[in-house]
Amino acid sequence: MPFKDVKVTAPKSLFDKLWESHVVWQEPSQPALIYIDLHLVHEVTSPQAFEGLRLAGRKVRRTDCTFGTVDHNVPTTREHRFNILDPIAAQQINTLRKNCADFGVTLADVGSAEQGIVHVIGPELGLTLPGKTIVCGDSHTSTHGAFGALAIGIGTSEVEHVLATQTLQQKRPKSMLVRVNGALPAGVTAKDLALGIIHQIGTDGGTGHCIEYSGEAVRGLSMEGRMTLCNLAIESGARGGMVAPDETTFAYIKGRKYAPQGEAWDKAVAYWKTLPSEEGAEFDRVVDFDATKLEPWVTWGTSPGMSVPVTGRVPKLEDARDEVEKAAFIRAYEYMGLTPGAALNTVMVDRVFVGSCTNGRIEDMRAAAKVIKGHKVNAKVRMLVVPGSEWVKQQAEKEGLDRIFTAAGAEWREPGCSMCLGMNPDIIASGERCASTSNRNFEGRQGRGGRTHLVSPEMAAAAAVTGHFTDVRQWDYKE
Amino acid sequence: MQPMRIHRGQAIPLGQANIDTDQIIPKQFLKRIERTGYGPFLFNDWRYASDGQPKPEFVINREPYKHGTILIAGKNFGCGSSREHAAWALTNFGILVVIAPSFADIFHSNAANNGLLTVALPEEKVTELLAKAESREKYELTIDVEKLTVSDAEGWSANFPLDSFRQHCLLNGLDQISLTLQRAAAIQAFEDRPKPY
Ligand code: SF4
Repeated sequence: MPFKDVKVTAPKSLFDKLWESHVVWQEPSQPALIYIDLHLVHEVTSPQAFEGLRLAGRKVRRTDCTFGTVDHNVPTTREHRFNILDPIAAQQINTLRKNCADFGVTLADVGSAEQGIVHVIGPELGLTLPGKTIVCGDSHTSTHGAFGALAIGIGTSEVEHVLATQTLQQKRPKSMLVRVNGALPAGVTAKDLALGIIHQIGTDGGTGHCIEYSGEAVRGLSMEGRMTLCNLAIESGARGGMVAPDETTFAYIKGRKYAPQGEAWDKAVAYWKTLPSEEGAEFDRVVDFDATKLEPWVTWGTSPGMSVPVTGRVPKLEDARDEVEKAAFIRAYEYMGLTPGAALNTVMVDRVFVGSCTNGRIEDMRAAAKVIKGHKVNAKVRMLVVPGSEWVKQQAEKEGLDRIFTAAGAEWREPGCSMCLGMNPDIIASGERCASTSNRNFEGRQGRGGRTHLVSPEMAAAAAVTGHFTDVRQWDYKE
Repeated sequence: MQPMRIHRGQAIPLGQANIDTDQIIPKQFLKRIERTGYGPFLFNDWRYASDGQPKPEFVINREPYKHGTILIAGKNFGCGSSREHAAWALTNFGILVVIAPSFADIFHSNAANNGLLTVALPEEKVTELLAKAESREKYELTIDVEKLTVSDAEGWSANFPLDSFRQHCLLNGLDQISLTLQRAAAIQAFEDRPKPY
């Protein structure tokens, strides 16, 4: 019987492996109970969850798998960091402090060397690792998928559920492969790639799916770039985004504070190498994307899918795909104060924001600094540069990036979510136009009536200098 | 979550259709850090005048309704935003049951996660209950979660549907976390398995 011991198993995808290795319990036709390896907590979505535990007399099941930080509400000016003026923000932050102390959860508080935006510090500290399931009460948790982890954003009741049980009840998402063909042209970044993909598949193109990004251009990205790409998976409606781990991933992780060390490191790498999707693995949906024609992108409207190349124009009404899109265009022209057909590189900006969990990492700081070095921020523009974490800030200052920004006339701030959403004092005024490296250009996201255009750090820096959107591929770099 | 087998309480008639979550708990209360304490803000904009004084005519400001535990409302109750605060506001006020011809999806599951029973009855039955609750000085209903009936002391009675899973949760006071904790052994076994590194 020569075939008796031959196990015929279908080739598996990265997603299949992550999902299947974390199912704790599965009843037919009910959501699965999956185990959570890492739970990141911040001040905005956790207070009611901790209170729920208290009311029910429950504990945090795995304090060693739970890690807290403060980011959304933290002021980014030094004088207000320990003296928060908004009483509600102060209360949320103090509540997280008390909750972490009461329940024994490690907290990277304001002033600590580990504080920062939750999606920036996880990878930086070596908490985010390949093969893990990672959750956080925040939609951009998808960022951590860049390491080959299954990372999903959850709501407050689910935060409580994970705190109490270290598991989550979840319906198995569908899988989707986005194959990025060809390499990125010079001057085109991960942010442009992410915006280009959202433009192609739509802001609901990934709904119900977990996306894996593959192909030459993705392999060629640094970890920072992969994080930017996965961060924006959620803006295409996906549950999560991921990139298979490889040597780039291992090199990034090695030596980080909570990463495996010594013998465990070798074992971990051996295991991580088994994770990538196998040849012939099936996906519920496969999308091809051509990277070779990509240009630097700019969003013109009020959803991350409303975007054009910087050399392009604000679309006309007849460019709308259907009636629904037509209605959205009309509303967006009005809100954004733009004329159909206007050339993007003539649109003037008032504010520039470099930061957030999308583009607040050290590479982003370097990229923006490189563009702005030797130039001056336009007299009509106010530019804010906010490192994503305390570590990014320290590192950037070591490299002298802060002085490049301040010499050009930009403001260099303390780490936090800042102008990504208007929950702290960093907001734009009604009618002001902002070139922003963040992830959402929804109405009012950066302040009531504010107009947000999403761009890469390079494009943001270029706009800060010229005062309007500018093709950074033609930039006059001053070394 | 408290188990619910038989519940008896004063009915509160609030017959509008499409009572949305913005009405149940307006957005200014979402910045709070608690899951409790929303009771005073339930139906805030209907309940208080702009100077903060209670409006005497609003139903839950009046006797005997202010002690009510069973809300009777119009169809599509709980539509609008997904805020879980709507369920918290109702239960914090002391309401344990909402009777209506239909409920919005997300509200329905938020209610389930918070031990609030949603009873869907045909429109004409709800109309009868509203009329009775409005015209009697005191009007109590009895909800039997085992038999799935609503009845009053005058012999009025109706059956309501409830899936067996939710019935089981209510009868045993199980929320999603308690249910998962019934799998504690499986979770423990998962944690004890050998790790790859
Ligand atoms: S930077 Fe923006 S998107 Fe990221 S976690 Fe903070 S608020 Fe959310």
